[in-house]
Amino acid sequence: MSTTTNDEAPRQFRIIGTRPLRHDGIDKVTGRAVYGADVTLPGLLHGKVLRSPHAHARIVSIDTSRAAALPGVRAIVTSDDLPDVKGETEQVGEAAMNPRDLSANILARGKVLYDGHAIAAVAATNPHLAEEAIGLIEVQYEVLPPVLDVQEAMRDGAPILHPGMRTKGADEAPDRDTNVAEVHHFEQGDVEAGFEAADEIVEHTFDTAMVHQGYIEPHNAVAQVNADGQATVWCSTQGAFDVRHLCADVLAMPLSRLRVVPAEIGGGFGGKTTVYLEPIAIMLAARSGQPVKLVMSRSDVLRATGPTSGSHIRVKMGATKDGRITAVDAWLGYEAGGFPGSPVQMGAMCIFGPYDVENLRIMAYDVVVNRPKTAAYRAPGATNASFASETVVDELAGKLGIDPLEFRLKNAAREGSPTAAGPRHRRIGCVELLESARDHAHASAPLGEPTGATRSGRGFAVGFWFNAGLQSSATISLNPDGTASLVTGSPDIGGTRTSCAMMAAEELGLPIEMVRPVVADTDSVGYTDVTGGSRVTMATGLAVHDAAQDVKKQLCERAARLWKVEPDQVRFDDGGVDSLAQEGERLSVAEIAKKAIRTGGPIVGRATVNAQRNTGAGFAGLMVDVDVDTETGRVDVTRCTVFQDAGRAIHPAYVEGQMQGGTAQGIGWALNEEYVYDDQGRLQNDGFLDYRIPVALDLPMIEPVILEVPNPAHPYGVRGVGEASIVAPPAAIANAIADAVGVRVKTLPMSPPRVLAALHERE
Amino acid sequence: MTIVHIPASLRRLTSGADRAEATGNTVGELVDDLEARFPGLRAALVQNGELVSRFAVTVDDVVGSAGLAEPVGAASEVHFVPPLGGG
Repeated sequence: MSTTTNDEAPRQFRIIGTRPLRHDGIDKVTGRAVYGADVTLPGLLHGKVLRSPHAHARIVSIDTSRAAALPGVRAIVTSDDLPDVKGETEQVGEAAMNPRDLSANILARGKVLYDGHAIAAVAATNPHLAEEAIGLIEVQYEVLPPVLDVQEAMRDGAPILHPGMRTKGADEAPDRDTNVAEVHHFEQGDVEAGFEAADEIVEHTFDTAMVHQGYIEPHNAVAQVNADGQATVWCSTQGAFDVRHLCADVLAMPLSRLRVVPAEIGGGFGGKTTVYLEPIAIMLAARSGQPVKLVMSRSDVLRATGPTSGSHIRVKMGATKDGRITAVDAWLGYEAGGFPGSPVQMGAMCIFGPYDVENLRIMAYDVVVNRPKTAAYRAPGATNASFASETVVDELAGKLGIDPLEFRLKNAAREGSPTAAGPRHRRIGCVELLESARDHAHASAPLGEPTGATRSGRGFAVGFWFNAGLQSSATISLNPDGTASLVTGSPDIGGTRTSCAMMAAEELGLPIEMVRPVVADTDSVGYTDVTGGSRVTMATGLAVHDAAQDVKKQLCERAARLWKVEPDQVRFDDGGVDSLAQEGERLSVAEIAKKAIRTGGPIVGRATVNAQRNTGAGFAGLMVDVDVDTETGRVDVTRCTVFQDAGRAIHPAYVEGQMQGGTAQGIGWALNEEYVYDDQGRLQNDGFLDYRIPVALDLPMIEPVILEVPNPAHPYGVRGVGEASIVAPPAAIANAIADAVGVRVKTLPMSPPRVLAALHERE
Repeated sequence: MTIVHIPASLRRLTSGADRAEATGNTVGELVDDLEARFPGLRAALVQNGELVSRFAVTVDDVVGSAGLAEPVGAASEVHFVPPLGGG
């Protein structure tokens, strides 16, 4: 790892930038950490969910009588047990959500819309009985023809998933049923004039497959409902408050009636920002009067939780001979799954994110298909889009005879460049990132010589991601021995518990070991939005920073009281308070904390933030070498260097982990992963043997290069780092394949058959 | 005068204009001012007295959190942008 620092006024840090051991590390490596599926309670029942074998069907009837008669069965629920909630889209944390759609996704209402769609659930005294009971539920279907991809769903006469659906956002929406849920339009400048001014134009069409986040821990939920209706849910989630809100919405219950306890989480990557099992567990627990646990199988996860969209994308880009982009035009269609809400809008806003473009037009279509409702996946929508745009950039640069990295630098977004929606970038690190890649040793290292059928190539691509802000809370309680307890509400996926503790320790002048971070339930900390949008170290970190200022202020007040001076005659400095009235007089944090009982009681600092205005956009680039076997079409990644602007790396090892993890997922997306359906819409690869995510043997060392171009809106300069690194890999690998064998593969995954097909097409 | 950038999806209401000058101390007042010249704009941006969920607002390139109550200056530039999420 190499680090470049561009901070103009560097502050010297004691803890930030170091690599302490994570507070939860011992529990995790010894198996003591408690995940959702580990939670057990007296009288616990076990739940199972009946899922549709059809991709598209009308539910004629559901007969649960035989299941209900099975000894040991305590409760059965279907959509008839869900309240009829309103259908107005609302903002929940970071996502727009329609409660009626969410409810119908949790338990199918009238129709099933994808293979695996939940229909009914049973709670029984053991999992085997519950499984047996599920098999006794009789469902009569009227099977309907499925529609499985964007182009098919948009053609005239396509089977309609939601009769009555009209396209939102369309200038003149036709008054007929459609599968196009919404259209988004971005336009700036004069696109036609821009293309007329171009000396070279490249236009291509791309397709990407639906892919899953591939988190290792399946979804789970344990619910207990007291006789007074007070419910508690333990689950694996990226946002306990979002779970509370979503469950309360679909079950029409007050927020205060529900406590959500986030268990340790075994991966999410965006996929655990909604609910599937939680409302069902609550209903079963309420109906049976006993606590209920539900745990998905891997097949359940792949069939019925939200992957990210497959897509169909066209990109046109023009540039002058001297390498200046004159116009861009893009059309994006994303699979939303069975209900509206793909990330196509964000894909549209990211597709040309790394560039300063004056003339731009983007049309983006959210299209329902008979696949599982998509959920967020690391920089949602951006990877599909970047695969298309960065491939076109590479080819356009080649046609102009300009080095692709220099072409990118010439057109790079910088402070003041407009984003697709119009607002201008504040300080960003795109230029620094591209310069770092250009100057890195990898860029000039020799490639392997051709051997046999193997050809080597190198590619590069850069990706953009906004990074979210949203709301966070933090509380710091000083203990009488001078240690501190830090409470936040951000489930810890990537080490944020320790990153937050480091910020508290930095501000309070304490050793990191003296700050104990805890991720609390929804009754034990202020509202905190989801762990998503790469926001926790930035936004929850900001709340921690502010809570520490509150503690420091109180420490000064207490010291002043002890010294019988005015508060303005003391100053906090590096783990203690100095008297300005009496030189040399100093009280440590521990000494003040120990005497808190005599100076006003416990010292507790708190802060809440809405960090929307504190975000700093992120960029990540990938340089990759590949070997392409021209006889088999196999692509091996042989060298990988990932560059990312972190703003400020609080814990560099965790930043590197995010960069490497995102890159690994992007490589899987590029080369292997895809949902494979038969022509009836039944998923054919619902396990990790057939849905193949990359493992360590598939990957070389991924060398991370952290750049630090501080975010001016954050006290430490932090930008989000959790997502941007997944954006570039498919395009970088496609560009490397083109460099190796001279063909452009325009479909993901670039699996051996597709690479071979592209080679044969050229011949 | 404050400059309000019109989202492409709403330019059918402004005869294709991509920006317009408006007067007001808050985003809501700007919308009211524009409604007089571009009927239908308020209905596209405001529902139940709140900014519709498909738009957030930026003032001088900074995302605001107050919606229609977001304060603006006479030389401000206002954009209506999609709310952002992530994974």
